[in-house]
Amino acid sequence: MTMTSVPLSWYLILSAVLFTLGVAGFLFRRNIITVFMSIELMLNAVNLSFVAFSYQWRQVDGHVYTFFVMVVAAAEAAVGLAIILTVFKNRATLQIDDVDSMKN
Amino acid sequence: MFANYLPTGAEYFRLLPEMILTAAGTLIMVLEPLTGYRRKRFLGHLALAGLLAALWAAVVAYSSPGPAFNRLIVVDGFATFFRVLVIVVGILTVLSCWDFLARHKAESGEFYSLILFSVVGQCVMVSANELITLFIGLEVSSIATYVLAGYLRDDKRANEAALKYFLLGSFATAFLLYGVAWIYGVTGTTNLVDIRQILESRDVIHPILAVSTAAALMFVGFAFKVSAAPFQIWAPDVYQGAPTPVAAFMSAGPKAAGFAILLRVYLTAFGPIDQSWVPFVWTCALATMVIGNFAALAQNNVKRLLAYSSIAHAGYIMVAVATGTAPGAAAAMFYLAAYAFMNVGAFVVVSHISGRGERKVNIDDLAGLSSRQPLTAALFSVFLLSLIGVPLTGGFFGKFYIFKAAIDSQLYWLTILGLLTSAVAAYYYLRLIVVMYMRPAVDGEEELPPLGGGLKTALWASALGTLALGIFPSAVLNFAGASGAMLVR
Amino acid sequence: MMDTVFFYIFALMTLGGAILCITRRNAIHSAIFLIMSLMGVAGLFLLQHAEFLFAVQIVLYIGGIMVLFLFVIMLVNLDEEARHRQFNRQWLLGVASVAVAGGSFTLFLRHQTAWTALPVAGRSAPAGNTELLADVLFRNYLVPFEVASVLLLVAVVGSVIMAKKRI
Repeated sequence: MTMTSVPLSWYLILSAVLFTLGVAGFLFRRNIITVFMSIELMLNAVNLSFVAFSYQWRQVDGHVYTFFVMVVAAAEAAVGLAIILTVFKNRATLQIDDVDSMKN
Repeated sequence: MFANYLPTGAEYFRLLPEMILTAAGTLIMVLEPLTGYRRKRFLGHLALAGLLAALWAAVVAYSSPGPAFNRLIVVDGFATFFRVLVIVVGILTVLSCWDFLARHKAESGEFYSLILFSVVGQCVMVSANELITLFIGLEVSSIATYVLAGYLRDDKRANEAALKYFLLGSFATAFLLYGVAWIYGVTGTTNLVDIRQILESRDVIHPILAVSTAAALMFVGFAFKVSAAPFQIWAPDVYQGAPTPVAAFMSAGPKAAGFAILLRVYLTAFGPIDQSWVPFVWTCALATMVIGNFAALAQNNVKRLLAYSSIAHAGYIMVAVATGTAPGAAAAMFYLAAYAFMNVGAFVVVSHISGRGERKVNIDDLAGLSSRQPLTAALFSVFLLSLIGVPLTGGFFGKFYIFKAAIDSQLYWLTILGLLTSAVAAYYYLRLIVVMYMRPAVDGEEELPPLGGGLKTALWASALGTLALGIFPSAVLNFAGASGAMLVR
Repeated sequence: MMDTVFFYIFALMTLGGAILCITRRNAIHSAIFLIMSLMGVAGLFLLQHAEFLFAVQIVLYIGGIMVLFLFVIMLVNLDEEARHRQFNRQWLLGVASVAVAGGSFTLFLRHQTAWTALPVAGRSAPAGNTELLADVLFRNYLVPFEVASVLLLVAVVGSVIMAKKRI
């Protein structure tokens, strides 16, 4: 197996940009579902890094980690979307600023 | 040929507490549809039995300490200390939730089994010796706690608490994972001991910037989990909105486990590069103590006040982490044990007085508690005095050992500010005691229900734990000292 | 050469999808562009000989998780939501945080020599082989695998609580 012509750092930069986009989406969006989707972007950036490093190290350990991250993403999606649905049922809104009833 | 890879009996033995808890949680879910609505308490007793068996297993597992499953987990004094601690928090939570759940007509097997699974996650976390195992344990604990926070799902505030906890928790998890990815990229391993060896070795030139960035990214994740500033914003809303027994659980169990992994990762794996992470732990400790204590002054809701107080206590423990030494780790362990008892105790009292729909959670609702229910008021005072750090309580020795370790590590500024903010804290805790004892009860106040059996047991156990740590601290401290020293071996 | 071309194509899909995902007004559109981004990531997995992960990304992520997202978006009232303001007012805080995150990554990645100085790994096995992955998963990472099953159980119980008729 030969090394591809694409250097590791390209993957890492791509991953960092993707992660930053995820952070931006999380902080700027108001729709709760889009906020949650931004977290998926961040997790994918992490997976990209894991696979790139794994390739660099000639190991499959990084692939195993990615696999676990996907399992966790699935569990988070199931629980998170269930929570989002109950919020919608009780408040009939998915604007994150409207879900802020607690102070003193 | 595969026989070589099969785990030995001793390895399974070291994982016994987790196995017992998982089996009990699954059994409860199997029995859940077979028990009628009036008989759910039986499932609670089952959960209690499972936790007690796990407690026993955690203790006997320490009779054969060592690594297990390809060094993914390690059973040492540190792991055993925290396993026992999180299981005890689980027991206190189960004992104290019965009255609350009955009052809200919300008793179900799911509640108990989620508590058990959350404790499984915390046990895995504290005994993990590898970053991915640690991460999976953290997720089990976190996801179970997200659901528990929103357990009363028809309550708007509980919904909101679950949503905020979930979104910010997942956000923090992504940072933690990104840090893990970079550590893996630099060292090629996720085993904590191997990372330490690679970082220590002189013949490899490390991209120190990469390691420090990874340490910082992971710190974001950990700081969120232990509600340390500037990542504490979720805590007040979540503690206020979550059912009070769950708030008690969250403020003690996941927090203790979070600090356990913080200590293990930073002291064991990142020990050789401590000059690169101590500054931000230092800053975080300072900010957490100041924000937690000053924000607590302005609160009228007791749950919210206790949430800010729990942030402040995370700040004190961060001071111990900032020392980066074995005595600091031991002090943090002792503090977490004392904190678990006094904080769970305080929340249990709040859950008792809160009434149906949790409407009576303001400071004014405590008025005249000393005459309405002298025992509850007296025990609440014990917990509050311990939270202040008055001698003869666990809180006093906790603070004493933390600041002693800080002075030994020349962290004078942190010590001074820690003591000053503790003085501020005394004000808002004493205010609660004054309202309980000095202000007469409001006329027409409906009678408080008497303390139920589970509630009474939980309160007495917490009070005895708080006082025992304050009067005979040496046994726990010696154990913490010995196991803390193992982290920086 | 071909690798580089494919890298550009997949990278474009990934980033373009991500940017559109976080800027679209309609949540359905966001989800579709997120799927595009995820497919780009899957392609990048393939380029790095992670064939198994490529398949899992398509089947589990896109086929499972994203379909769940789409279901939920369709369950909630979409038209109402799309009329609201889409971005929140905390521009200053957000820009500062994103600048810190993005800035630190670029600052660090400019020192990319640091990465190339990595020693080449000890294990010589070729990456990406599914059989090898299974070996490593069940031999070296048995505990997280087992604990992941507890995690899925928690997710099931959690969803049941949220959906059950009566608590």
